[in-house]
Amino acid sequence: MRLDVKKTYKLYINGAFPRSESGRVFEIKNNKGEFIANPCLASRKDLRDAVVAARAAQVGWAKSTAYLRGQILYRIAEMAEGRKDQLIAEVSAGEKVNKAAATKLVEAAIDRWVWYAGWSDKLSSIYGGTNQVSGPYYNFTIPEPQGVVAVTADSLLSFVESVGAAVCGGNTVIALVTGGASIPVMTFAEVIATSDVPNGVINVLTGSLDELAPWAASHMDIDGLDITAINAKKRNELIAAGAENLKRIHAFDKGVTPTRIISFMEAKTVWHPIGV
Amino acid sequence: MSFYGLVDGSESSLKNFLNKLPGVDQVGAESRAATLGTRSIKTTSKKWAIETAISMVDLTTLEGADTPGKVRALCNKAVRPDPSDPTVPSVGAVCVYNDMVQIARTHLDEIGGKHVPVAAVSTAFPSGRASMEVKIQDTQDAIDAGAQEIDMVIDRGAFLAGKYGLVFDEIVKIKEICGDKAHLKVIFETGELVTYDNVRKVSYLAMLAGADFIKTSTGKVAPAATPPVVLVMLEAVRDFYAMTNQRIGVKPAGGIRNTKDAIKQLVLVNETAGPDWLTPKLFRIGASALLNDLLMQRMKLTTGYYASPNYVTID
Amino acid sequence: MTFEYSPAPESKSIVKIAPQYGHFINGDFVNGKNHFPTINPATEEVLSQISLGGKTDLDKAVTAATKAFSKWSKLTGAERGKYLYRIARILQERAREFAVLETLDNGKPIRETRDIDIPLVAAHFFYHAGWADKLDFAGLGKSPKPYGVAGQIIPWNFPLLMLAWKVAPALATGNAVVLKPAESTSLTALLFAEVCQQAELPAGVVNIVTGDGSTGSTLVNHPGINKIAFTGSTEVGKKIARAIAGTNKKATLELGGKGANIVFEDAPIDETVEGIIAGIYFNQGHVCCAGSRLLLQENIADELLVKLKKRIGKIRVGDPLDKNTDLGAINSKEQLIKIKELAKVGEAEGAERWSPKCDLPAKGFWYPPTIFTDVTQAHRIAREEIFGPVLSVLTFRTPQEAIEKANNTPYGLSAGIWTEKGSRILWAAQHLKAGVIWANTFNKFDPASPFGGYKESGWGREGGRHGLAAYLKENN
Repeated sequence: MRLDVKKTYKLYINGAFPRSESGRVFEIKNNKGEFIANPCLASRKDLRDAVVAARAAQVGWAKSTAYLRGQILYRIAEMAEGRKDQLIAEVSAGEKVNKAAATKLVEAAIDRWVWYAGWSDKLSSIYGGTNQVSGPYYNFTIPEPQGVVAVTADSLLSFVESVGAAVCGGNTVIALVTGGASIPVMTFAEVIATSDVPNGVINVLTGSLDELAPWAASHMDIDGLDITAINAKKRNELIAAGAENLKRIHAFDKGVTPTRIISFMEAKTVWHPIGV
Repeated sequence: MSFYGLVDGSESSLKNFLNKLPGVDQVGAESRAATLGTRSIKTTSKKWAIETAISMVDLTTLEGADTPGKVRALCNKAVRPDPSDPTVPSVGAVCVYNDMVQIARTHLDEIGGKHVPVAAVSTAFPSGRASMEVKIQDTQDAIDAGAQEIDMVIDRGAFLAGKYGLVFDEIVKIKEICGDKAHLKVIFETGELVTYDNVRKVSYLAMLAGADFIKTSTGKVAPAATPPVVLVMLEAVRDFYAMTNQRIGVKPAGGIRNTKDAIKQLVLVNETAGPDWLTPKLFRIGASALLNDLLMQRMKLTTGYYASPNYVTID
Repeated sequence: MTFEYSPAPESKSIVKIAPQYGHFINGDFVNGKNHFPTINPATEEVLSQISLGGKTDLDKAVTAATKAFSKWSKLTGAERGKYLYRIARILQERAREFAVLETLDNGKPIRETRDIDIPLVAAHFFYHAGWADKLDFAGLGKSPKPYGVAGQIIPWNFPLLMLAWKVAPALATGNAVVLKPAESTSLTALLFAEVCQQAELPAGVVNIVTGDGSTGSTLVNHPGINKIAFTGSTEVGKKIARAIAGTNKKATLELGGKGANIVFEDAPIDETVEGIIAGIYFNQGHVCCAGSRLLLQENIADELLVKLKKRIGKIRVGDPLDKNTDLGAINSKEQLIKIKELAKVGEAEGAERWSPKCDLPAKGFWYPPTIFTDVTQAHRIAREEIFGPVLSVLTFRTPQEAIEKANNTPYGLSAGIWTEKGSRILWAAQHLKAGVIWANTFNKFDPASPFGGYKESGWGREGGRHGLAAYLKENN
């Protein structure tokens, strides 16, 4: 019998797959208590590096056309489809669900990318508009990305739902992922890395939300925070910490609607006189 | 040749200069003029303002039906706007067609109005559509008949076609004929130039070519002397003064019918070009009906009662 | 003889101010306690005594609002809208009275209250009245629901206008309101209570409790409040954000700003000068979205500054009731001290200060229109909100540099762009991190136009469909 070649799960920062600067890992076991992998236990310094990467990538990603963003998000779905079997196996092992359930979750995750891909170039039509002001002015409102958004995830699907919402609108993202989901999510990071997503647009840190989320909440260069994967009892502390830079902090407990995309966008209104 | 050291009179130097002028934002200019229109002036200043406005009126008749009788009556009014009150100043000038200049001049001199100049509209007024020879002759005739002020029209067609040199040369030529005998007012017909950008450009064009006054309109085309048009022209004379140390006058004409409108114009002058321009030497108002309203408002100030048109003369 | 503008004072006789006020709770004026004076900042004359609302008053107000909410939210939108239309019309009828009262209490020129504040107030009610029966079209699903009782805290810079920005959308969407005006400017809010009575608005739908910061804090922390709307400083905004963590309260925050007004070399220069004036001297600079940082392209800076200074010299400072006044009184002694302090810092840090010669009245709180040149991003006067008639002038060399400097601030409320080049306007508008961008104009407001900031300038929008959505729960 041939010995498996096991994978080393690392972090995904600025288009590269480094280990945690802390050198820490945590152990993932399957239902039977067998060892699966040692993903990185990311530190606050990894978060700091990820924020720098996300900030540097911000302007370029926000400025790229919505059509291009849509195509890149669709490309993620295409690439994920090709690695569906691996993702199902890893969701099953890491998230401890049977194969049928894992299949459903992975398919939902892939389809969610397709859904987001189609949203990118419709946001300003639906959530923007021209405003009929009383005077000789042309006045329009468009949604624009907030900037750098940190999201939280405890499953592959929640990773996709939160990351997709933020990047769809033009934000760059740091995803904080916890538990067994780290395994499929880091594989998904490889999908992202091969899907024409510019470096730094999506960054993935695995580890402890309890450890990382407070640093994200208080980080002054993070504009938005999605705390959907945070236990309801632990959210208040993060919201209070985020007040320091009036971070936009949201949890989406009722499923995914376009509001999730819009929550990490700002309405920008522009006035110009109409004259000759 | 050099004009104020700014242009050499060539088409290219004019284009270069005029096209570099900053643009005018229509909404912004109109909003500034409207805000200034809400200024109210002091009661003690009001009498002064009304009298100043009277002294700035170019009392005008420019009708095909003008007769010597009509012109003589206008001259009487010009010298003594209010026969019952000799303290009312004479108007700034009497403005008539070329063929009425001599009649006006002679009559003014006879009735003690030597100090009231006669202004003649010239250069194929109001359209300006004639050969240069005709325009020159037109101007020469007026000066020979005693006109001390020439209100010439520019060739709007040429301006709109971008032939700045042509417009410039005409003004230069007419200025030459005026020499030191007559002041030159250059009429733009801003209602035909339409945009404030054009008003700004043509203001500089005329000033560079030697205009003593820049004037909005013939009175035959609406809109005429709207507050924002006058604002843009006042900005031009203000900035031209900063460039050349030369003060050019401004004459709104057409559409200024009552005291309120006239005082708004004075506010524009005061706030934009500054108080130095609040003199008939540098600001005139071309009008006919305005004078009687100024007189009525003055009566109200003197008597305390609202006046009736029956007490002001209709000539 | 010279050309002088008259002191053309608007008559004060149109307003009646009671010697003392209580609160407006459950449709009635009720007695208050712990009165403090409200003064005319232009004369320091005491206008009336205002009650410092406390927990008992707020309990009563919240109870009244909660009770009123159950009926009010169940009215058809069309009926609610009709109440708002009534309010809009009564405000128009009594516009001059409100304008004079606002000018007396706030110190801002009558020209602004008469031509800007009060007409916009009526427009806000009229606009939102029309929304009341069209909430299904607000983009929040069918029959979106109101939150309940909105606690609203408004600032002193646009007292009645900020009331309108908050009360109108709250009522249109079926929320009930407990509103706390700023301590130095309560009078128009109390007069608005009379309008509610004339409009026969059901008792308890709008409650007004006057007071200071402590009253506001008690309101924010009141368990009966479901939604907070606050306009004021970023400092207090952050406190509110912390205070409501762990509650279900939603918040809209309109906070501070340090707006960049960017002038490119091809700007329409005379209108730009007017826009700079409107950007910083409108409302004595007590404007969160003021264009307080002027960014001039270096190759036109000198020329523009000459024109700007000349124009500033024409600003008429003085009696706010005079129709010719452009710049009125600073709203309070505290604010005047703050402005003076920051101006002193500006000088100490080496910036060059300039004001035209102008005679300031002996009584009251006054500050001349002022500009600081030779300012850099490192100066405190380029970073901190002065909230007064003080402009900091910086220069830039390229459009990219202008944007970098404009965005180099924790705030993100407003920005201005002056250029005649269309593509540059859109490029700059795209790159500026600000919620409201005025291109070739400044400080324009409209009920249909969403207003609010990025980053530390706040949460959410007020005005337009976006502002309305802040008072509704999505239904999906």
